[in-house]
Formats: sequence, C-alpha cells, structure tokens
Amino acid sequence: MTALSVPARREEDASLRPVPWRRMGWVTWRQHRATLAWVIAFLGAAAVLVYLAGRQVYSAHAAAIAACQSASSLTCPGSIIAFNGTNGFLSNGFMLQAIPPLLGAFVGAPLLARELETGTFRYAWTQAFGRWRWTLAKLVPLAVVLATAAGVFSLMLNWYYQPYFVAGNQNLSLTETTPFFPGLFDLRGIGFAAWTLAAFAIGALAGLLIRRVVPAIVATLVAYAALAFAAGGFLRQHYLTPLVTSNLNLPGSAWIISQWWTKGGKFAFSGWPPDRLLQQYCPNGPSGPVGPFGKSKPVAIAECLTPHGYTQWTAYQPASRFWAFQWIEAGWLLVLSVLLIAATVWLVRRRAT
Amino acid sequence: MNVIEASELGRRYGSTWALRDCTVAIPAGHVAALVGPNGAGKTTLLNLAAGLAAPSAGDVTVLGGQPAGSPVALDGIAFVAQDTPMYKNLSARDMLHLTRNLNRRFDQQYAESRLDELGIPLKRKAGKLSGGQQAQLALTLALARRPRLLVLDEPMAMLDPVARHDFMASVMMAMAADGVSVVLSSHVLSELERVADYLVLMSRGRVQLAGEIDDLLASHRLLTGPAAEADRYAERLSVVHARRGEAQAHLLVRATADEPVPSGWEAHPVGLEELALAYLREPAAAVLPGSRPDSARRRALRSETGQRTEVTK
Repeated sequence: MTALSVPARREEDASLRPVPWRRMGWVTWRQHRATLAWVIAFLGAAAVLVYLAGRQVYSAHAAAIAACQSASSLTCPGSIIAFNGTNGFLSNGFMLQAIPPLLGAFVGAPLLARELETGTFRYAWTQAFGRWRWTLAKLVPLAVVLATAAGVFSLMLNWYYQPYFVAGNQNLSLTETTPFFPGLFDLRGIGFAAWTLAAFAIGALAGLLIRRVVPAIVATLVAYAALAFAAGGFLRQHYLTPLVTSNLNLPGSAWIISQWWTKGGKFAFSGWPPDRLLQQYCPNGPSGPVGPFGKSKPVAIAECLTPHGYTQWTAYQPASRFWAFQWIEAGWLLVLSVLLIAATVWLVRRRAT
Repeated sequence: MNVIEASELGRRYGSTWALRDCTVAIPAGHVAALVGPNGAGKTTLLNLAAGLAAPSAGDVTVLGGQPAGSPVALDGIAFVAQDTPMYKNLSARDMLHLTRNLNRRFDQQYAESRLDELGIPLKRKAGKLSGGQQAQLALTLALARRPRLLVLDEPMAMLDPVARHDFMASVMMAMAADGVSVVLSSHVLSELERVADYLVLMSRGRVQLAGEIDDLLASHRLLTGPAAEADRYAERLSVVHARRGEAQAHLLVRATADEPVPSGWEAHPVGLEELALAYLREPAAAVLPGSRPDSARRRALRSETGQRTEVTK
C-alpha cells in the first residue's frame, strides 16, 4: 500500500457549537428524493385518473340537469340513471380512502425501520449531528412535504365530488350525498392532508418500535384503519351537538345521526316503528311510491303515523357545519401527529431501542 | 485522560445481561485491543461507549469524563460499527458528502485523496464495493472527521488477509500522524497482537484483564516443573492457569521476572496469546489495573503470611 495522506491535526474547539440544522437539508433530500419522486408520481397518476373520471361525472351531471328541465322529457330518466351510475367505483370514495394510509405506511414506516433493520443507524446516530436532531430533521420536512402533496391532491378530489353536493339533486332523483358521508368526508377539505400526516406519524413511530420495514408497514395500516374506523364511526358525530328537528323534509345534505318518536310529549320509540304500530296505523304499508323516484320510505311512514299523535324527531348535523367539522378533525389529527412525532424523537433520544 | 471509562457498567437485553459489572478505564494514546470470545460483550461495551445504547446499570464516560452520546462525545469519537453499515444505494462520493454534512469537521481533501490512493471510485455505490473497500471507505469517513478517538468494532471480520493488513496499516498511520487514540475489538487476538499496545480481555460480559500489554507480559511468567509438585505450588502461587502433562506441569502465574523461582522449576516469559488464552480458560481469574483480583489476592496473602519461604526454598 502506498503512503497515505493523513488528516491534519485537529484544532481543539472550546466552544462546541452543534452542526447547523440546515446541513440536514441535503441529507434528507438525498436520502428521500426517490421516495418523494414516487409519491409525486403516484399522486400525479391518481390525479390524472381522477380528472378523466371527473370530466365524465361533470358531463353526466350537466346532461341530467339539462334533460330534466322539462318534466316530461323522455331522456330525463335515462340521464338520471347515467349520472347516478357514473364511476360507481369512485362515487362512494372508499377506494380513495386507501391513499393516506398507503402514503403514510410506505413513506413513514421505513424511515427509521430501514435504518434499524440494516444497521445504518449505527452510522447515522454516531455522527456529530446527534441522533434526536437527525430524527427531527428527517421527520418534520418529510411530514410537511407529504401533507402538502396530499393537500394539493385533495383539491382534485374536492373538484371531483362537487356534482354530488349540488342542492336540488335530490329533487331530480340525482344522487345527493351529505358531505359527512363516511367515505367522502375526509377526501375533501383539509381532512385528506391531515389523515396523511397522521398516517406518516403512525408509520414513523411503528418503524422505530418494530425495527423492521415490512411488519412496520403492516402495523401502520392496521393502526390507521382502527383510527379511521373509530373516527368515522364513533367520534365524528360528537364534534358538535347535533341539531334536533321534527321537520320531515330534511335536505339530502344533512347528516342524520339518530331518529326517535314521541307521543304526547313522551318518548315512544327510537328508529324504525315497531311492526305492531305499523300494522295498526299503516295496514297497507307505507303508502305511495317508495324509493328514488318518490318520497323516501321514512317520510311516508311518518305521514302515516303523524295523524295518530306521533312526532318524529331527527338529530342531524347540517351540511353548513362541514368546515367546522373539517377543522375539528384536522385539528386533533394534527395534535396527534405532533405527539406521535415528538414521542418518536423522544424515544430516539432516550435510546430506548 | 481515559478515552473510555466504565464503572459497574451493565446492559441487559430482556433477561440476559450482555455486559455486567464492567469496570474498566482505557487511557488515551493507545491502540487498545478489546478481545474476547463471541458473546463476551465487546460490541455491547462499544455501543454503550458510542452512545448507541443506554446503560441498564452503572455508567460510561468517554474522552475524559464526557457522558457517552453527548454532543462533545459524538463530535470527538468516530465509530465504525461491525460490518461497516453504510447506505448501499449511495455512491462513495455521496457518503463523503453525507458525512461532511453530519459533522462539524470533515477533511474532504483527505478523504478524496485517500479513496483515490486506495483505488475506490467515487462514483461507485457503497453496496457495490467489495468488503475490503467498504471497510476502507468506512475508515476513511471516520478518519476524515479527525476524531480524538477512533472506535472500530470487529473491523477485520469481513476482510481477507491482504485487506486486513492494509486496513491496520491505515489505522496505525493515522495513530502515528494524528495522535488519535484507537479502540478496536476482535475475537481473534492474533489479528491485533502486532498493532495493539493495550489489552482489554473480556469474557461472559465482564472485563477479565486490562492493562498495557508490556506490563501484562512483564507481570506474568510460565513456570514449568514436575507435575507431582504442581498442586503444592498451585496452592501458594497466584496461578492463573495450570496445564498438567504426564511428567511436567505448566503454570501460568502472576509474577515478575525478579521474583525467585522454586527449585526444580523453570520460568519462561509468556506470549500475549498464551496469556489471553490462560485467562479465558479461567473465567474466575481477573487482573485489573490498580487492584489485584480476589483469587490472586487470597493466594498472595496466604503465601505472604508464612509459607512463602517454603515455596522459594
């Protein structure tokens, strides 16, 4: 071996200033640019598909509105069916619900799990930058970029689902959903970005605790699903106290939480009337046409029972509360994400693993 | 100054102690060899010193009293972990850049010229380098940080003999030129015999022997004599390890060259490997700087209180 040059003698530095934060910028960028490219490519491709599908939805909606302006139009029923059936796989939104957990699991979970699995943390965490600063300097920028990308993408979803929320759809028998519909609520507004952020934070912590990439991804998906299910099924309806009304003709945009009946000011029963009552007062069953082309079944039943002293009460969340609900949900998701990231950094700092 | 100082240090994984009651001080200015069989706790001790793991018991300081893992400690110690973990998809150049960004000091020129002299292409991905080249790249990254202490965990496990020689030559050169202290571990003592001047011998999670190699060799002798008398002397001398043949017995004892030899016995200086093996075969025996081990002390006391004359007759 030839003689090798040797580093010059190091100068003693009395005041030890930490390595500046900005130096991690290059590190994070260099190590995660490929991941970010995949995220952008994935969301970009999804956005193109949503755009193409959205054009169909918009044109079908416009066609139905135009065709049904005159009540006797022969093309009206066909165009209504056409709109209601357009992109059936997208219209309930459940498929797109998979995007935030996938982003979080595939970006967040490997972040620390791969370092721990391959042993590179022994390199990364023994450099002068310091282990917890390193962790923070990776998690925060990636979280911000990921949430921003998801937020931009969800503008596309916002646009896509617009025709389903047009007031008056219901009168034309066009699909009109409440903005609180479980599959759609967190695809729009700021919910999508917040859920993506939460998935990322769950993934980061799972990766640190589980230390292996694939199990950490699986655990992230499971934890996310449980959280999303709990939020949609139990938490969300309690964000604000529901309004209560005895009005039978609620707009289709209202989110009905519960219904009950009273008679003479006293609670009678909740939900669907008992069979005994229906047989007594509505012997022919709910009268009149039922289903999408007429009065909805509950309204028909209510009209049948009301003359006998029964009053139907409905607790509901009006569509006007959509943004309040969005901010509440995004708010606690943001707090949760910050806590999860803080816990991750704290565990790294405490050398708990 | 001690580059690594542990007092009653312990680390437990689950219910097993990987390291227990480890008290050792490795002074600066040495190439210290941390030697012991697999599972002796070498890697655990080095990880604790590097700040990668937190102690379960006791504590460990580095670079003259700095807590392990503290900013000053991280700044002053370059740690090359076992199997030299590196980002396999990054090029050698990127690894240099990465390390420069993660440290206060980085001698880019030194690193580049060293890789050039070693024939490691900067564009090659770290994962595509040979085992020897990866180890050299990791060493380059470590040295370019201009550390005060270089810690190498099993640096030669993956290397062929030529690469081992080159690697150790690089370490020695840095040691000579820069005055960097070196602590390196291996389960093969012969790898380190030529380069190390300080030995820390570990087994079963404890430190068994620690000291400058010259001192350790000077304070141990191999006595050869009639097997029949071996037991009698073994009682009275501070015997580390006894090996008995048909006619002759070999006793490795703690004794300096000027201590008298029993009649009928021959004394020989010991080799380092011989010494280390003798201790590893006797896990109860231990010699640490500043204190005589219990078993040896007991024997020494006994011989000093009376029967010493008989032994030396």
